[in-house]
Amino acid sequence: MPDTEPIIRLAGVNKWFGPFHVLKDIDLDVARGERIVIAGPSGSGKSTLIRCINRLEEHQEGTIVVDGVTLTDDVKAVEKIRREVGMVFQQFNLFPHLTVLENLMLAPHWVLGLPHADAEERALQQLARVHIGEQAHKYPGQLSGGQQQRVAIARAMCMRPRIMLFDEPTSALDPEMVKEVLDVMIELAEGGMTMLVVTHEMGFAKSVADRVVFMDQGQVVEQAPPGEFFANARHERSRAFLSKILG
Amino acid sequence: MDAPIPFRPLPSRAPPRAATGPFAALRRHLFGTPGNAVTTLLLAALLWAALPPALGWLVGHAVWRADYAACRALEHTAACWGFVAEKWRLILFGRYPYLEQWRPLAATAIVVAALVVTAIPAFWRRELVWLWGAALAAFFVLMSGGIPGLAGVDTGLWGGLPLTVLLTLIGMGASIPIGILLALARRSDLPLLRAMATLYIELVRGVPLITVLFTASFVFPLLLPQGFHLDVLTRVALGIVLFQAAYMAEVVRGGLQALPKGQAEAAAALGLSWWRTQRQVILPQALTLVIPSFVNSLLSTFMDTSLVTVVSMYDLTGALRLALGDAQWRNFFLEGYLFVALIYFACCFAMSRYSHWLEHRLGRWTRR
Ligand SMILES: Nc1ncnc2c1ncn2[C@@H]1O[C@H](COP(=O)(O)OP(=O)(O)OP(=O)(O)O)[C@@H](O)[C@H]1O
Ligand SMILES: [Mg+2]
Repeated sequence: MPDTEPIIRLAGVNKWFGPFHVLKDIDLDVARGERIVIAGPSGSGKSTLIRCINRLEEHQEGTIVVDGVTLTDDVKAVEKIRREVGMVFQQFNLFPHLTVLENLMLAPHWVLGLPHADAEERALQQLARVHIGEQAHKYPGQLSGGQQQRVAIARAMCMRPRIMLFDEPTSALDPEMVKEVLDVMIELAEGGMTMLVVTHEMGFAKSVADRVVFMDQGQVVEQAPPGEFFANARHERSRAFLSKILG
Repeated sequence: MDAPIPFRPLPSRAPPRAATGPFAALRRHLFGTPGNAVTTLLLAALLWAALPPALGWLVGHAVWRADYAACRALEHTAACWGFVAEKWRLILFGRYPYLEQWRPLAATAIVVAALVVTAIPAFWRRELVWLWGAALAAFFVLMSGGIPGLAGVDTGLWGGLPLTVLLTLIGMGASIPIGILLALARRSDLPLLRAMATLYIELVRGVPLITVLFTASFVFPLLLPQGFHLDVLTRVALGIVLFQAAYMAEVVRGGLQALPKGQAEAAAALGLSWWRTQRQVILPQALTLVIPSFVNSLLSTFMDTSLVTVVSMYDLTGALRLALGDAQWRNFFLEGYLFVALIYFACCFAMSRYSHWLEHRLGRWTRR
């Protein structure tokens, strides 16, 4: 497969929650190594969109192809994709009954079948990358929000994913902790990771994103490189949104 | 611009003396307000009035020997422990042959020892399965005999404390895993599985245990194919397990529901299969949350086993009733029931304290 193939391709994706049409005719291609920021008002379907990519939500129409694998009901295909796609949640979702180290070792051990020692080595390596090596034996509840989110990033990275999904990773954090998490994400981006980031941090979008995807009411309204999007959004809805959040 | 004023942290001090120490807290709680003081004094007076006579009846003037004449002479003005001294082996071991009663004693001791070992976290290893296999095998061999050197004893003759312990152990041990599976089935995405689990749970919870025991004892044998025989103990144990499993399922479901959805989602996003997710992420948290309810069920199973007397099995309370069948001692039932109550209380209290400790230990992660 040539590298010019998109690593993620959504074509004509539609999804409903009951009667509610939450995603409408979504077409989106993501190239390898591309950093995409997804922005839009609350309820516009941003979370639902990225959750469809690792099938935490099922779409009903259209096709989603991730790294050559088409998402269907096939459990094996879904588990294969989830191994390639890491996800970071707004609420961290660390496993509170496991220490930080155990949180990181769980999936490498049970999913990839790594022996204990290898899983631990990998975990410590990732913890060091997010600058939190000395907390390995604490429980998540003993860490600050910013530290927890960095652990969550490290946990996803332990699977050596090709794609990382972030759903408002800094929205649940106290302001003074936002930067430490964004810095880790910037380091990831510099390492060439393919990233889809739902965020309201427009500073991050400007400095890191290759492309901003703006959504409203279940549609992709506009997509453009950040320079273009912020200076010169073409759609009325995008401009209204930008004027609200940039003040 | 002026130089910023540097921050100087104040040193921490110990709290003022009057506010600390056990006596300060006691004084505050017992006599903090006029209302508290009056309540404290009233309760103290009540204890003062009631305690000496109670102790006198129970201990001071009581007859301890199995001396019927002395007991009668008391005319219930004090306890006659002579009844217990005379009948304790019947109460503890039921109709098990008198000369063989060392066997139920040894069998129960082995199982209790296994329980104690299991309770200690240092021993929480896979090998416990072997320990329990050995302990239960020893229990059944000792109890039923039928090998050279040990005369066979029919399960119908098993009784007293060993029967209570055995039924509780089987009742809890088997109903917890079945209950977990039922709870998972009830929350499953598969509609048929979910419906069947729900139906089972609701049906069983709509029926009193006594009915289940009657069914297990009298109806069940009629349903078995010809020539297929299950003895009454097995049938009753099965009945208790299937009954208890429905309640366990609801206890576990309560724990499952208390967990945020994000836990299962995070595990799924990491690629963990559904079973792995339940096993490594969901159940450890859910089960820790429901330890208090588990122990509640454990205690009620322990005491509900006394219902097996309705199908002619003599657990601890049943064996006591056997002992009271002796016309001479029949009048001293109060002492008999107090003795049995003491055994129940000692067991339940131990389990309850242990569960508090366990909750604390397993729940370390919930404290910040
Ligand atoms: N499981 C669900 N069942 C029904 N409706 C849902 C469900 N999840 C989301 N929705 C609805 O779908 C819409 C899109 O939700 P989504 O979470 O994708 O929005 P979002 O753009 O991420 O918003 P936010 O910025 O608030 O996170 C919302 O109106 C939401 O109420
Ligand atoms: Mg969202």
